[in-house]
Amino acid sequence: MIILNKRVGKQTVETPSKPRIIATASIVGPKEGEGPLKDYFDIILEDDLNGKDTYEKAESSMMYTAVNEVIKKANFKEENIDYLLAGDLLNQLTSACFAAKDMDIPFIGLFGACSTMTESLAMGSLMIDGGYANHVVAATSSHFSSAERQFRFPLEYGSQRPPTAQWTVTGSGAMLLGREGNFPYISYVTMGKVKDYGVNDVNNMGEAMAPAAVDTIAQHLKDTGRTPDYYDIIATGDLGKVGKRITKELLLEHGFELKDNYIDCGDEIFDHEKQKTNSGGSGCGCSAVVDCGYIYKNMLNGKFKRVLLVSTGALLSSTSCFQGLNIPGIAHAVAVEI
Amino acid sequence: MNKKEEKMKQKFKEISSEVRPTSHLLRNCIRAFIIGGLICDVGQFFNNYFMKLGLPKDDVSGWVSIIMVFIGALLTGIGIYDKLAAFAGAGSLVPITGFANSIVSPAMEFKREGFIFGVAAKMFTIAGPVLVYGIGSSVIVGIIYYFSK
Repeated sequence: MIILNKRVGKQTVETPSKPRIIATASIVGPKEGEGPLKDYFDIILEDDLNGKDTYEKAESSMMYTAVNEVIKKANFKEENIDYLLAGDLLNQLTSACFAAKDMDIPFIGLFGACSTMTESLAMGSLMIDGGYANHVVAATSSHFSSAERQFRFPLEYGSQRPPTAQWTVTGSGAMLLGREGNFPYISYVTMGKVKDYGVNDVNNMGEAMAPAAVDTIAQHLKDTGRTPDYYDIIATGDLGKVGKRITKELLLEHGFELKDNYIDCGDEIFDHEKQKTNSGGSGCGCSAVVDCGYIYKNMLNGKFKRVLLVSTGALLSSTSCFQGLNIPGIAHAVAVEI
Repeated sequence: MNKKEEKMKQKFKEISSEVRPTSHLLRNCIRAFIIGGLICDVGQFFNNYFMKLGLPKDDVSGWVSIIMVFIGALLTGIGIYDKLAAFAGAGSLVPITGFANSIVSPAMEFKREGFIFGVAAKMFTIAGPVLVYGIGSSVIVGIIYYFSK
């Protein structure tokens, strides 16, 4: 039996069978629905509780809706999907597990903090390229209010946010991957390493995640022999204004210059001045809804042809930060082309 | 960890300390002064009012505290206090209304986990340390005062 070696360079895998993103779905809360990217989201909720009695149930129902919607868009049924790869920020992947319990799909829970969108997309692509699945749904979600109560303060507690603080996006995104059709396809996947550069300020996640983003982007470019100019868009997940600037400057040390084709989903999703989101959006849902909405839809209409998605995650827990540990970061890159 | 990574770390520290925005200290101080001052004015108003009614001085301070705590709790309950605090910072945190906010807000938030494991257990997550060290230090000061009298 011949085993085809698909590894390229140190951390990158080529996916020669071109797993395709057949459809995407995005659902966001009311605040995101007032932001600059509002026209690209499929569903905008008027009520951030989505008719439920807790924010955890609300987040879970958003993920359920996103997955359901993406399956419907592709004209499939739940039983056509081989795996659901999903994760979120809540303890023990509460949202993903409780969304999956109502679905007739084998479920694999993934934790990558806010990097879950590209983590699940990457794993799904590898499963399809390896021949282990024909159709996979990759999904993730986050909710401002469920994240606040787990990681920070009660909603009504009066506190001032520092300018480096970010705003957790209420939203969920899902992508349906398959083998056929004229859709954007995945060409390379670069899984990142965990990077800890000594940041321990929970109000400055962008800075904590920037080194991981830099490392993964640099490694992807080295492995594939591409330059940043090759891509129409390089989109990091949720570094915000602060992390974005650090990433840009630190990548120069690797000899790569990011120009206007570099965006950060957290920087794009809100109007920071008007919506008072300080450094920008964050959370799993941030890169999920921007990738599934703004980027995917612009790939379909031909505006973007080559895109590098780099969702970034801050791997902290409410225990680790109280015990004074640093915030390790991670980033996974997926090259999508059409 | 290799040498190159160490160099990157060094460079990262340089860049991030340059890029990191700092809070507007002067602006925040002015806002805290104005809002904090206004909250104290309200307290003073009730103080003067009760004095005018001829209540004994000890009773007056008790009544003023009760009223201010009630106002803090009410504004938290109707969702105004957190917006005020986002503007005022320490100006709304330091007065007794802020203390009320720190107890009422977790009580509201964790109602979903039930009245025992939610409201009752989580009510003092923010105010707890203040109570422990506040009461603790007042006991110590009291003992010192007792023996030095």
